[in-house]
Amino acid sequence: MMQHQFIQLVSVQFKEFFREPGILFWAMAFPILMAWGLGLAFTEKGALVKKVAVVSEVGKDNQQLQQFLSDAIPKPESEASIKTFDQGDLGQLTFEFHYLTMEEAIVGMKRGKMALILVEQPNELEYQFDPLNPEAQLTYLQLTDVLDGKTTASQGAVIKPMTQTGTRYIDFLIPGLMAMGIMMSSMWGVSYTMIDKRSKKLLRRMVATPMGKTYFLLSHLVSRIAISAVEATLLLVFSWLTFDIAIEGSFLGVILIFLSGNLAFTGLAILISTRTDVTQVGNGLINAVVMPMMIMSGIFFSYHNFPDWVIAVIQFFPLTVMADGFRSIFTEGAGLEQTVIPVVALTAFGLLCFGLGRRFFKWY
Amino acid sequence: MNASETVISVREVSKSFKEVKAVQSVSLDIQRGEYVALLGPNGAGKTTLVEMIEGIQQPDAGTISILGKNWKEHSEELHQNIGLSLQETRFIDKLSVMETMRLFASFYGLDQQRIDAVLELVRLTEKKKAYMVNLSGGQRQRIALGIALLNNPKVLLLDEPTTGLDPNARREIWDILFHLKQKYQTTMILTTHYMEEADYLCDRIVIMDSGQMLGRGTKEELLAQYKSGEVIEFAFSKDIVPTQLSGLGQEIEWEEEYRKGKLVVKDIVTDLPVFLARVEQEGWILSSLECRKMTLDDLFVSMTGRSLSE
Repeated sequence: MMQHQFIQLVSVQFKEFFREPGILFWAMAFPILMAWGLGLAFTEKGALVKKVAVVSEVGKDNQQLQQFLSDAIPKPESEASIKTFDQGDLGQLTFEFHYLTMEEAIVGMKRGKMALILVEQPNELEYQFDPLNPEAQLTYLQLTDVLDGKTTASQGAVIKPMTQTGTRYIDFLIPGLMAMGIMMSSMWGVSYTMIDKRSKKLLRRMVATPMGKTYFLLSHLVSRIAISAVEATLLLVFSWLTFDIAIEGSFLGVILIFLSGNLAFTGLAILISTRTDVTQVGNGLINAVVMPMMIMSGIFFSYHNFPDWVIAVIQFFPLTVMADGFRSIFTEGAGLEQTVIPVVALTAFGLLCFGLGRRFFKWY
Repeated sequence: MNASETVISVREVSKSFKEVKAVQSVSLDIQRGEYVALLGPNGAGKTTLVEMIEGIQQPDAGTISILGKNWKEHSEELHQNIGLSLQETRFIDKLSVMETMRLFASFYGLDQQRIDAVLELVRLTEKKKAYMVNLSGGQRQRIALGIALLNNPKVLLLDEPTTGLDPNARREIWDILFHLKQKYQTTMILTTHYMEEADYLCDRIVIMDSGQMLGRGTKEELLAQYKSGEVIEFAFSKDIVPTQLSGLGQEIEWEEEYRKGKLVVKDIVTDLPVFLARVEQEGWILSSLECRKMTLDDLFVSMTGRSLSE
């Protein structure tokens, strides 16, 4: 007797997956590379250099600024000079002053090379920058501080650097990347193979046999869970070795969110691919679903900076639920009872999508 | 076994897509062990008719029953008893022949022994480890046929099983189907636009065009029923006035552009000399001359004004 059709269907999914080296790279290696790149960019904080454009006109010298710049070290081969301050626990603060005309300074701002423009006036200094740009704002505050001779923390304030595991940016990032990996893997993997099989007319050939349609759809879920598990494990092991990431809360909770997240996104992928047999249309549909969540669900940066009403919407996105769920376990040490709501929400969402997809699925 | 048991019964079936009437009120009965060809050019409605019999499309009107069952109530049972191959199915590229067979065999709950037997039957045993993507067109059609045969179907429905294949590959498929007919008394419908295929494999031929059946029967019956005669085809190296051909045959065709003509005559032996005498008398110069029996293509052209291969 042959293996049951369900086992056959699942094993065919694996073979399809593992026999395409391209798929392997994008699914397995890419998330790790991204974690590595982003992790390095935000953890190995080198001496951050603030670039300031200084615009002076003849006869409009500002006494304070001239004095401030008198001990700046000229930067070789450029019209710039550098001044560095040691801020104790805050690390090093370095300014690079570029002596430019107003036109050059504005071009520099447009290109994002300059953080702000400093215009010399005989009796005052004029700062030009976009007040909505936090980076420019910070540079302004730091620059005025050092001009006033304040180089360390304010009086009566003590800075305690939070570098312990759980509070770093990388701790915020990794659970989000794991959630995003599950979303991407399910959405692209499942939708693409479904649409591809439909456009090849393989689906209609398969349903012309006594194949169980629900088995067919479920086989995608099962194979996806297994593939995502490998991906997530690789990512976790990598970030544990490289960044010393730890799971502070319930490990079982992580597994439950992982499973329900897979169900949610496999269901969504099936729902998206119920009708079309054109891969380009499928790509568009997947992007329409995936892109807003990638940007808004707080994978790379917190979504709490969005307006309140947007946050209220964002919190219902399955990716938000999954990422927040992972994060609360990873960094806040949430236990099993705190994972009940996200797990139930993701499972319900997945089942709903799965059911609708099964109902409206176009086999022919 | 009742020799004249009706296995497939199609009654007044119609199907339209938007403005196009793909199949118009077609009826057809097929007996056990009978091989029937649906012969017609592209767009004749062959595929639509076969897909309705396969249960893939629903007819707008009319009924279809197979082995006394219909698709609405007995789809599970029908799936078990029907084998089919669709036009241009592509299987999973990076799956081997054996793995593809195993997948489909699992849907029917069949064992390895059956797979081996079918691979032998479609002559793919040597290719069992090859990926689907690396198979030739003929081998792909053969595995599609193999999958259709896995469940040892009582009814076989093949949609253009040899389209696009070279004559050798086509011949191989014919041999397999011929063998099946002799050994298992399978009932088969096959669509094709190759008249040789219909003629070689099938007991009956149904000629279709524009969603309608234009005629049915054996090749001989069809030809006798609709037209008798033989054909003289010729081409000239100079233009002629076509009226000068009048009186030479029952039917005269002249294609100005190619300086090519066709005469349908009663009997070549008596009519060819008359034709040649006229050629000599008019001083025409023949650039080609061919005499043959009437074919289904000739018949089709005279019915529709188009060729089967169009």
